[in-house]
Amino acid sequence: MSLSANRQAMLEKLASLEAEHAKALAGGGPKYVERHRARGKMLARERIELLVDEDSPLLELSPLAGYGTDFPVGAGVVTGVGVIEGVECVIVANDPTVRGGASNPITLRKTFRAGEIALANRLPMVNLVESGGADLPSQKEIFIPGGRVFRDLTRLSAAGIPTIAIVFGNSTAGGAYVPGMCDHVVMIKERSKVFLAGPPLVKMATGEESDEESLGGADMHARISGLADYYAVDELDALRLGRQIVSRLNWRKLGPAPGAYAEPLHDPQELLDIVPPDLRTPFDPREVIVRIVDGSRFDEFKPLYGASLVCGWATLWGYPIGILANARGVLFSEESQKAAQFIQLANRSDTPLVFLHNTTGYMVGKEYEQRGIIKHGAAMINAVSNSTVPHLSVLIGASYGAGHYGMCGRAYEPRFLFAWPSAKSAVMGGAQLAGVLALVAQQSGREFSEEMRLMVEHQIEAESLPVVLSGLLYDDGVIDPRDTRTVLGVCLSAAHSAPVVGAANFGVFRM
Amino acid sequence: MIRRLLVANRGEIARRIFATCRAVGIETVAVHSTADVDAPFVGEADYAVQLPGYAPSATYLRGDLIIAAAKKTGADAIHPGYGFLAENADFAGAVTEAGLTWVGPPPKVISVMASKIDAKALLAEADVPVLPSWTDPTLVDEFPVLVKAAVGGGGRGMRIVRDAESLGEAVSSARREAFGAFGDNTVFCERYVEQARHIEVQIVADQHGNTITFGERECSIQRRHQKILEETPSPAVSPQLRENLCAAAVAVAEAVGYVGIGTVEFLLSPAGEFYFLEMNTRLQVEHPVTECVTGLDLVRLQLFLAEGGRLPYSTPPPMRGHAIEVRLCAEDPTTNWLPATGQVHRFDVPEVVGRFKPLLSPGIRLDSGIEPGSVVGVHYDSMLAKIVAWAPTRYEAARMLAGVLARTKVHGLVTNRDLLVRVLRHPAFLTGQIDAGLLDRQPEVFAPLLSSVEAVRLSCLAAALAAAAGRFEGATVQPGIPSGWRNVPSIPQTIVYDGPAGPVEVGYRLAADGALAQWWVRVVDPEELDLAGLGHVGVVDEHPPVAVVSASAHKVVLDVAGIRLTVDVHRVGNVSYLDSVEGSVTLRELPRFPLPSMELEEGSLTAPLPGAVGRVLVSPGQRVGAGELLLTLEAMKLEHPVHAPADGVVSVIKVRPGALVDTGALLAVLHPGG
Repeated sequence: MSLSANRQAMLEKLASLEAEHAKALAGGGPKYVERHRARGKMLARERIELLVDEDSPLLELSPLAGYGTDFPVGAGVVTGVGVIEGVECVIVANDPTVRGGASNPITLRKTFRAGEIALANRLPMVNLVESGGADLPSQKEIFIPGGRVFRDLTRLSAAGIPTIAIVFGNSTAGGAYVPGMCDHVVMIKERSKVFLAGPPLVKMATGEESDEESLGGADMHARISGLADYYAVDELDALRLGRQIVSRLNWRKLGPAPGAYAEPLHDPQELLDIVPPDLRTPFDPREVIVRIVDGSRFDEFKPLYGASLVCGWATLWGYPIGILANARGVLFSEESQKAAQFIQLANRSDTPLVFLHNTTGYMVGKEYEQRGIIKHGAAMINAVSNSTVPHLSVLIGASYGAGHYGMCGRAYEPRFLFAWPSAKSAVMGGAQLAGVLALVAQQSGREFSEEMRLMVEHQIEAESLPVVLSGLLYDDGVIDPRDTRTVLGVCLSAAHSAPVVGAANFGVFRM
Repeated sequence: MIRRLLVANRGEIARRIFATCRAVGIETVAVHSTADVDAPFVGEADYAVQLPGYAPSATYLRGDLIIAAAKKTGADAIHPGYGFLAENADFAGAVTEAGLTWVGPPPKVISVMASKIDAKALLAEADVPVLPSWTDPTLVDEFPVLVKAAVGGGGRGMRIVRDAESLGEAVSSARREAFGAFGDNTVFCERYVEQARHIEVQIVADQHGNTITFGERECSIQRRHQKILEETPSPAVSPQLRENLCAAAVAVAEAVGYVGIGTVEFLLSPAGEFYFLEMNTRLQVEHPVTECVTGLDLVRLQLFLAEGGRLPYSTPPPMRGHAIEVRLCAEDPTTNWLPATGQVHRFDVPEVVGRFKPLLSPGIRLDSGIEPGSVVGVHYDSMLAKIVAWAPTRYEAARMLAGVLARTKVHGLVTNRDLLVRVLRHPAFLTGQIDAGLLDRQPEVFAPLLSSVEAVRLSCLAAALAAAAGRFEGATVQPGIPSGWRNVPSIPQTIVYDGPAGPVEVGYRLAADGALAQWWVRVVDPEELDLAGLGHVGVVDEHPPVAVVSASAHKVVLDVAGIRLTVDVHRVGNVSYLDSVEGSVTLRELPRFPLPSMELEEGSLTAPLPGAVGRVLVSPGQRVGAGELLLTLEAMKLEHPVHAPADGVVSVIKVRPGALVDTGALLAVLHPGG
């Protein structure tokens, strides 16, 4: 397979990715966007763009949330890591053009994920609130888990991580607890509406006649209830006050500052040429590494041992990192032991770890079982699970089976996890899974037609696509391979807001 | 012999005189006002004495304090420079009586010439041609006439009057201005010659009866009767005419027994007739052009003559080549020459080969009163510097000077630089077809150098890219991450500048590799700015293909349709100064988050420029008509009227005479309605 064919395939995937991103950017569509603007209001992304420092990088999280579900792509909320007054923050902005900013189950998962990122990386959280509350048709999937939004906010606060709410519009009923739980609250004259119950419900409950301003207007909260700490005259003023609040947090990052950096010697544009469209074709992850690390300098650990897993040290934008990258897909005992040792070393030296996934899983077969592949795989999973340095995972190719776990898949709580458009993730490849089903069916005497085999294979292949996993919040976004260095840089920088300290203890390693 | 010289002046002329003093071994004493405490001339003097106060009347016009300062510092001579007390015979007499050497003509000569009225009468008798004039305005029986201050120079107080009705107000305001500037409110009226050229002859006379001329200077390019460009020789003067002018000048000097350096000013009519205007009994602002072509240091000569020296020559020195001087002033030609004040953040004149002394070889001479960091206030003259080009021929001098001026970086103040360049490049100037009315007839010289829409747009883009590069270079978090990087690009970066044509929005998006992926520059309605125009990419005009070759906070190199253009960028606070070979532009970045502001009451009148309140002619409750003079502001010695914009009633007067106000300060509130 020539390089240009690899590039061609990747560019096609990027084009379809862009089309999906465009859906998220379109929000609720032209009609609702226009209606929103006609009210003199800014769109969610416009609010974010004004909130963050001029020309600062902005890493949007989970832009494809909702893809492949019954809910709109983007899930009616925009989340990201942005820089406000020189402070990296997690920003959560309701998109009121999508069903009035109401939360659906995917909205919740996306919001929870943003909260996790804020907590794990010690990033102040800024909420740009304008939400009609729960999306009522899906309330049964929202009401019970939805309480976590407020729990997460106060737990952030308890952890010393500032929380800020700027209320641009409705934030009523349960939503009223978003400003209620935040450390700092900005409300906007004649715009913010924050109450537990609106006039009709109050009338129903107590018979009292009331209006929205007296129940929950910015004036009332700024002058009477004290729920609003800052009173803004308009949206721009509110964003100005939001920035002012962040500038006064006296925020200091607790991780070590980065050192000097050098650009890679190899052109990151060539990252498009590396991954073959058919993931069964192996590729050398060092080709990726030299295009993302500083000066293309990679000091390899145990290069002659367990060669299917490449481990080594590098710096990225001046941050020291250890890298684990699958070279030939399969993880054997040697690779597992090498990984377990390498992860322990990284924890001893407080070095963050980057996992580049292209694995089909741990080796199977009599010989490998007998040599203790389970023990050795368990050691790797033990090390990954108990490691406390920041983990960043990037799915560049396959990420199948327990290999996904060992390489710090989603369940292993990497600080951030992104996928290239070329990635696939499942318990195994579609063809293998269909084949296994066919064999199992044969053994129990049931028929498993060629049509069924194809159908299963296609279903699994489709479910393995990164956009689908992204839609379900199983990653933090699908990225252009050429952006890998930058994405990892933003994530490392964000992760260094928290202390970077390796684990003192791991589980008992079965020897 | 002079051992220690006090210069009773400020700015560039003080520096000029000190430079010669250093060259000839004379120690120097500066006197300075409180406002000038940090001025370059003060630092360059060996000794300095502060004259407490700001206004000239409290400082540079206080002859008693200046003589006391000379005594205190042990100075044995006083040089008055030009302006202030330079042509004050009483002061000259007091200096002499105090036993100090006066670097200038004898007091009695000054007093004869100081009164232009007496001087004209005397010289008419000596058969020097003069224009008819009237000391009593009521006797004026022909128009147009020019109202002039009887004493002083620099065109202050001058007004052209074309009909009898306006004569009264012109005379009284000329009186006030003359009094403010020279302490004497005598004015007179003189026939006004249309399209006249202003030619003057440099006189050098010793105490031993030798009077020679150093050629002529043409000073026809004027604004508000003040010279802004001078040259020698004059393109209008033939050898025969030169001989006649010089003979007349010598006759003038000899008629009054002139000693020292002086200048006889003539008016040259389009028909080729010349008339004596006045004699300046001092060193002229424009003396450097004469120094260029003669190679002689006129200040040195002046000191030598004051010491009683005998001229070593009896004929005019040989003149070599052509010299042109421009006066770079802090003023805005496009808004009626409003003086500008502020801090000079950068002042960089390229290709300068000498300062404050005759040049050894052709090139650029700079006599500047300012240095980077200097503050230009409201109290004194608006001239910042004189830039002089000396070349073998006139067109070479003009081209050299225009080129140097165009590349000059002067940041922090509005100046007349662009106008000077346009004049120097104007066909009428280059062919020598100049007269005192040139600026009025050639409005195109008022256009800024950087006037093409495309050039201004590219400058705005460059400013935005430089600002982005500056933020990138100074990033405290995520250093090195590409500027404005987005994994999901949606809205380009935008920045709004207030520029020469009002607010413009620059939108730009940089690709991850720093390439310019998208950009626009469009005029925006300031009313619309409350939503910052974000995402509203309206109709955008066609832009040429532009690529970024390199961008830093200080320099942006663009490739515009295959041609490289370098823009130097200098940012001070929220103001960006952009200089390229095409000219300069100043852009003020408008705040992304304007503070909620208190709006001005309707009918509020605000100060159009910084200055001191002069007269207040109305009081609260008074009914006024549209156009009625309400009050005046004084800045840089000029009086700026504030008129009622409409009929109405004055409800509030916020200022008193003498109050210092900044641009935009509330002066008065007028409730409209008859």
